[in-house]
Amino acid sequence: MGTSQLSRRTFLAAAGLAGLSVPLLNACGGSGSSDKNIEWWNIATTEPGKTLWRQAVQEFQAAHEGVTIKQNSMENDAYKSKMTAQTASGKLPDIFHTWGGGVLKQQVDAGLVRDITDDVASWINDLSPIARQAYQFDGKTYAVPYDIGMVGFWYNKAHFEKAKIEKPPATWGEFLEAVRKLKAAGITPIALAGKEKWPGHYYWAYLAIRVGGVAAVQEAAKTNDFTADPFVQAGRHLKELVDLQPFQNGFLGASYPSTNGQAALMGNGKTAMELMGQWAPNVQKEMGKGLGDDLGFFPFPAVEGGSGAVTEVFGGGGGNAIARDGSDTAIEFLKFFASVENDRKRVASGAYLPITKGAESAIKDPNLRTVWETLNKATGFQQYFDQAFPPAVGQEVNDQTAALIAGKATPEQVAQAVTRAAKGQ
Amino acid sequence: MTVSVRKSPPGSDAAAPPARQRRVRAGRRRLRERATIVGFLLPALALFAALVLVPILFALYTSLFRWGGFGWPDDFVGLENFVKLFKDEVFLGDLWRGFVLIALSVVVQLPFALAMAVLLNQNLRGRAFYRLLFFAPYVLSEVITGVLFTMIFAPDSGLADHIMDLIGLGDLGITWFASSDTVLITLFLVMTWKYFGFHMILYLAGLQSIPKDVLEAAAIDGAGPWQRFRHVTLPLLGPTIRISVFLSVIGAIQLFDLVWVTTAGGPVHASETMAVTMFQFGFKRYQVGYASAISVVMFLISFVFALFYQRYVLRRDLEGAVTSMRGRR
Repeated sequence: MGTSQLSRRTFLAAAGLAGLSVPLLNACGGSGSSDKNIEWWNIATTEPGKTLWRQAVQEFQAAHEGVTIKQNSMENDAYKSKMTAQTASGKLPDIFHTWGGGVLKQQVDAGLVRDITDDVASWINDLSPIARQAYQFDGKTYAVPYDIGMVGFWYNKAHFEKAKIEKPPATWGEFLEAVRKLKAAGITPIALAGKEKWPGHYYWAYLAIRVGGVAAVQEAAKTNDFTADPFVQAGRHLKELVDLQPFQNGFLGASYPSTNGQAALMGNGKTAMELMGQWAPNVQKEMGKGLGDDLGFFPFPAVEGGSGAVTEVFGGGGGNAIARDGSDTAIEFLKFFASVENDRKRVASGAYLPITKGAESAIKDPNLRTVWETLNKATGFQQYFDQAFPPAVGQEVNDQTAALIAGKATPEQVAQAVTRAAKGQ
Repeated sequence: MTVSVRKSPPGSDAAAPPARQRRVRAGRRRLRERATIVGFLLPALALFAALVLVPILFALYTSLFRWGGFGWPDDFVGLENFVKLFKDEVFLGDLWRGFVLIALSVVVQLPFALAMAVLLNQNLRGRAFYRLLFFAPYVLSEVITGVLFTMIFAPDSGLADHIMDLIGLGDLGITWFASSDTVLITLFLVMTWKYFGFHMILYLAGLQSIPKDVLEAAAIDGAGPWQRFRHVTLPLLGPTIRISVFLSVIGAIQLFDLVWVTTAGGPVHASETMAVTMFQFGFKRYQVGYASAISVVMFLISFVFALFYQRYVLRRDLEGAVTSMRGRR
């Protein structure tokens, strides 16, 4: 009996030591990537992107002996969170998705992104200037776009007809009048995903652009002062709209892509309008039934007395950047991905707009053609505020417009709070 | 490693060795025992240090910097983050909302769980089924619960609104998660649905450890059902109740997933908790220094609460478990 007790103790002691060594051994792991092994983090989790991205990788691998591109696709918000953690570690994947603007600028300033100006100089100018702009700072290029688009009003033609609105509103006054008419006809005028905040910020941003022009926004971004007249005016105009109670019941808790969210309400014909980007028709179809020929598009109306032209647009796209240690092969892939052939495939799927000259003939949908034409004729371009500005400012814009829409903040308070956040940077 | 094998258990030694030798041998044995203890504790301690202590200390360190999460923090600002924190209306609101949720949990949710436990401790047909049914929500992940209830409380089309219509309260037009007036109470409903089963099971276990003869003796002495509950069951259930309050409070302080999925803290911060605010600043605004300050305050609140609660409330319950060593050695 005594012997067994002792051997048990010996065994346990040995087991204890073995247990100790496991974490130590694990700590020695880790892997590095070589020129041939490329890691690509992106947000292509839904169709048609999922298939298109995979196809592009396969074709590139077939044409380049020994190269493997490992894709890691994450949903939008998950991607942003994971990138936050990753940037803290100081090492980014070889190729990573970016929306450009303030976030990319911060990553560039932290020395995490490769300056690819010289590598892409021979072909980057073939891409549309609007598509390129979000990824270039001080004349240097840090990423290559694959998509570009803009925000505008998507509307249900049948509802407009029923409410006796002859033509899409061209001014803010006409727009408010249309909202009144829709309400009078018993139709919920606008779908809004209040829980997510970013769809709400489109209104404030576009109104500011219409009142003061893109120039006023860029001036504010430079001076960090958002208390100038266009921004306060934007809040007042937004308040005029909110006071009409144009949004669906319970909009403050609604999300954008869910079965009872903003896109589904539009797609199922429950509301007459939504202010959304070029991807809207796709999501409407995915979350709801889709409106087919009843769906129309009109640019954000002009504001009476505002100095911003109706041809100035607000939008953004998607691109891919290269990490500091990223290889030339990775840049080669970006060139391949941005080629006219690949661009045509993306555009033909109906979910992307062209970034190259020559791919526009692949646009089939008449609404998307309108969007593309508006974009192409644009006299000014402003990227989404929550991407263009540093994250702390962008989120404050979202938070504050959400408060304004919920009736918890005045236009003046919004402008002051955003300024405080910008100055605190 | 070698362990010298003792031939027979102590006490059965045929010829007792001289006292000095015995002392040396005892000392060696004790040393070996310690070495074994350390050997066993080391892996756990190493993991604990790497995964708990180091992050806590790092958060403490970064909370003193203005830091965006890139590279190493270098913009030292002292206690500025904390000063800003206690002027921030959202954070002060977080403290208030945390307090409200804790109060509701302790005053409403736990008594409800206790009542259900007492009920299901009776001889009731199908009580095993009910026990399982009430405990089941606890097994679901917070995210699934969140998604489920965003559907149930969806305006107009959700189940909750249909039920309100059926019982004739549809005209009240309650928008649940979508109004800053009702969001916190709706959230509390979901929390209760999810967690009361867990506390109920705790209480059931406690109830079953109460000796039947004590209750019988009380009955023979003429105590009514309420008196038996109030003066026998409740005091004997004390340790369980104290632990359940403790878990409930700590849970409410750290509440995150459920809020994030259902409301993301909205509308306009009306359901935001400290953890949600921390996430917003850390992962959305890239103000990691400020977010660290929030996490440090959260840690201190939990820590101080746990310390005081264990010292003053749980003291009697922990006696024997923690204090036994002092008596023996």
